[in-house]
Amino acid sequence: MKEVFINPLNRNNPVTVQMLGICSALAVTSKLEPSVVMALSVTVVVAFSNVIISLLRKTIPNRIRIIVQLVVVAALVTVVNEVLKAFAYEVSKQLSVFIGLIITNCIVMGRLEAFALANKPWPAFLDGVGNGLGYGIILIIVGFFRELLGSGTLFGFRVIPDKLYEWGYENNGLMILPPMALIVVACIIWIQKSKNLNS
Amino acid sequence: MLNVFIHSIFTENMLFAYFLGMCSFLAVSKNVKTAMGLGIAVTFVLTVTVPVNYLLENYVLKQGALSWLGESFDSINLSFLSFIIFIAVIASIVQMIEMVMEKYTPSLNTSLGIFLPLIAVNCAILGASLFMQQKNFPNTGVAAAYGFGSGIGWLMAIAGMAAIREKLQYSDIPKPLKGLGIAFIITALMGFGFMSFSGIKI
Repeated sequence: MKEVFINPLNRNNPVTVQMLGICSALAVTSKLEPSVVMALSVTVVVAFSNVIISLLRKTIPNRIRIIVQLVVVAALVTVVNEVLKAFAYEVSKQLSVFIGLIITNCIVMGRLEAFALANKPWPAFLDGVGNGLGYGIILIIVGFFRELLGSGTLFGFRVIPDKLYEWGYENNGLMILPPMALIVVACIIWIQKSKNLNS
Repeated sequence: MLNVFIHSIFTENMLFAYFLGMCSFLAVSKNVKTAMGLGIAVTFVLTVTVPVNYLLENYVLKQGALSWLGESFDSINLSFLSFIIFIAVIASIVQMIEMVMEKYTPSLNTSLGIFLPLIAVNCAILGASLFMQQKNFPNTGVAAAYGFGSGIGWLMAIAGMAAIREKLQYSDIPKPLKGLGIAFIITALMGFGFMSFSGIKI
């Protein structure tokens, strides 16, 4: 039971190992705040869609299961979207279409297919939370480095002291560009794999 | 219309500007032939789904879109339903294409058929519909051009990536970086390349 929750955080991380959910992950990570919001939204959606599909698993006909899954996920994402619009309007503006794209996030579909269709609701819930957090960790790490090195701020607050700028330190504008997200993830994969190979 | 078409291929390339359709991009780009197959299927589905969703958006979902039913429908705004409607349209169109292909072109079906279920959950397809919603295109033709252009851009990206990865098998890469890691870095470099198109106007 513990394995189900812990594994996706490192050894079986959805982004770096299972290669799922990269699509929407990278475009939102140029700042830390939207990354955190995105991580939370995905965790909520994965966890609850896992539970719902796991409850329905005996009644869904096999041939149309993908459509059923999509409709369940789309309904949950709509709820998340409306909540964000009501309570965090600025962030939901920044995330724009990427909230909607949680529907086709491969993590959600992947976990539904691989886990929720074959397991009871409680393990499915843990699996969903674990995978959501595993995805969130990567998102937050990437967001942290990109905002720190790219604009010298964290959550919008300046953290690099002015002294450094006077001595000639410059923000690395390259980190803000979308392709850098891929390079940062590649570095995370590199570090993680070389560590897991050794141990 | 041409402007929208060119823009959606180069400057707003689905993969390199927005990272949409990344999962299938990384999973299927191991050899050129299957990559082309998936690319063509994606282009086809995009060209069909974007105009269909455009019509739905403008005649059913948007604020005041239902006014063709009568005066009293003017104030209805169903846009909160758009996620569910769009994804249902995409999933059912994919299913329909699969059935039609099975019946009339079995040879095409055997080569493209395996990709079709993958496409329903490809972020690029839903992404194009959601961007279409934001962009307020003037008519269905432009929306179709946008869908087709996005598909072509995606096809070029995945075909190029597959070609690079075929050559890559012979190169000497640090062991932990092999496979997924190096694929990410190559995608990033290709993304930098595509960024040089930004600012082009026709």
